[in-house]
Amino acid sequence: MPTAPTTLADSTLADAVTKSMNTAGAVIGFLAVLAALFAVAGRARGRWSRRTALAVFLVPALALLTVGLLIPAVRTIYLSLHGADGTRSVGMRNYVWAFTNDAIRQVLLNTVVWIVVAPIAATALGLGLAVLVDRMRHEALYKALIFLPMAVSFVGASIIWKFVYEYRAPGEHQIGLLSQVFMTLGWKNPPNWLLSHPLNNFLLMVILVWVQTGFAMVVLSAAIKAVPTDIVEAAKLDGARGVRVFVFVTLPMIRNTMIVVLTTIMITTLKVFDIVRTMTGGNFGTQVLANEMYSQSFVQFNTGRGSALAVILFLAVLPLVGYNIVRLRKERVAR
Amino acid sequence: MSERVRRSLSGPLASLAVIVVTVLWTIPTFGLFVSSLRPAGQVADSGWWTVFTHPSLTLANYHTVLFEGGFGVSGGLMPYLVNSLAIAIPATLFPLVIAAMAAYALAWIRFKGSSVIFFGIFALQVVPLQMALIPLLRLFSQGVHVGNVAIIPSPHLAGTYVPVWVAHTIFALPLAIFLLHNFIAQLPREVMEAAVMDGASHFKIFRSIVVPLAAPALASFAIFQFLWVWNDLLVALTFAGGTPQVAPLTARLAQLAGGFGSRWELLTAGAFVSIVIPLIVFFSLQRFFVRGLVAGSVKG
Repeated sequence: MPTAPTTLADSTLADAVTKSMNTAGAVIGFLAVLAALFAVAGRARGRWSRRTALAVFLVPALALLTVGLLIPAVRTIYLSLHGADGTRSVGMRNYVWAFTNDAIRQVLLNTVVWIVVAPIAATALGLGLAVLVDRMRHEALYKALIFLPMAVSFVGASIIWKFVYEYRAPGEHQIGLLSQVFMTLGWKNPPNWLLSHPLNNFLLMVILVWVQTGFAMVVLSAAIKAVPTDIVEAAKLDGARGVRVFVFVTLPMIRNTMIVVLTTIMITTLKVFDIVRTMTGGNFGTQVLANEMYSQSFVQFNTGRGSALAVILFLAVLPLVGYNIVRLRKERVAR
Repeated sequence: MSERVRRSLSGPLASLAVIVVTVLWTIPTFGLFVSSLRPAGQVADSGWWTVFTHPSLTLANYHTVLFEGGFGVSGGLMPYLVNSLAIAIPATLFPLVIAAMAAYALAWIRFKGSSVIFFGIFALQVVPLQMALIPLLRLFSQGVHVGNVAIIPSPHLAGTYVPVWVAHTIFALPLAIFLLHNFIAQLPREVMEAAVMDGASHFKIFRSIVVPLAAPALASFAIFQFLWVWNDLLVALTFAGGTPQVAPLTARLAQLAGGFGSRWELLTAGAFVSIVIPLIVFFSLQRFFVRGLVAGSVKG
């Protein structure tokens, strides 16, 4: 954890004004530099026009991506083969550590459970809702309410759910909704939810599902509406009935969208960091890969181990993102 | 679908299912909202649902949390709210402009290696930002050294917004360039060619044709990026986490929520403050946002 800011030096109105001016200054400065470049470069004619245009248009993006993403990513691979301070070479030892250390194995196991359970739950729920909401009155209202958590940050969502899972010792007034519901149903002493491993992992996953279901619903609903009605009508003329039409006609037509939704949520899940950090701090058996990577790198300052975990994360994301990218590219070429 | 199934899918059971899910989805946020409006003592002592039998609401929590603090912080959350805005606005604008220009160059300026570069940027989407955090942080704090020679000197940027802006900009670029390229490349060829015939330079075409025509795509990405930056915790913690002068609301709230025995009434009000701006953006620009989201459904 970074050091807690206990005092805030000059948190006055003047300070806020200074900050805003800095921001405005940065934005105006950035735009002014661009405008100047445009003005100068716009005068270039002929052969030079194309080259100056390329330089002005493309070089900023390429420079930032090379210095800020490409080189650092390669450097992370290099660091993962080195010790805590990044100088002593240790070969594959950081990776061996990751897969043999009991605590880290638990972390990897948790992560696998997360990326299997949460995305499937969110996608299935989203699909179900997309089908059901399709013919309801006030469809847009239901969709907006279910989609709403998407606009809430994971930190905000975690605080919202902290209030649901909050636990009080038996006999005290419950302020947590979950305990209250179970007590109303007759369970006198419900457990301290967030301490109960492995139940707590699933309770944290609920938050991710809560956030992501709306996304799945909105995208899948759009896909279902895009299925040509004549194909569905034709299947019906051939004697197919409702559920069969859905399973054999609609589902195959939206299969690709479903896979994109599923992998997108999987990627989000794999990198999820805020929920675990905010709810349990990774304690009580709830640690996941992205969180452990942060903790190794920036709390324990072991760049070697942190980098190795980042590379593992990358290797896990690779096939998921890669699939989506290749598929989208194919679609683009086909278009 | 057959009449029977259509009827059962739109029948009372189906409607009931949707309504139940919608209510379940809304209750947690509603509970937070109600709690944030209850007097401090009551929030800590009883569940928010007791408000229905003992109604008593106040705006005091919001005043306290914004201006007075009560977390052992003198100024409350207001400075963090300002930080969030000061981070999110430039971190939306910078990548938007840079990506739009790069997308235009890749789509409409012919040069050797154009498609190689496009595919390279496209492929960078597989790199999760976790892969770049440690070296990028070092770059900001120490510069680049080969042996004892400083190639890039230490920029002394700690405690400023610059590292956060730059990091967000870099991490947004691959997807932004990809999405905007898709849109800009589909602008009508005749319009572009006519402009070239008229002797317009690339700069003029970009300014007077591409930006106005691509406005919907630009708006959609801007909203997406703004929400992403506003809601981000990881980049904020890494590049601004330890410094209250620049830390955004999410970083502060995560810290407060992490401590047990928090003052609930302030935490709830704080959380609600943090989601108000995304909610405003979301409700006022929902159509754009959803479109951008669908287009950006591969953000890796």
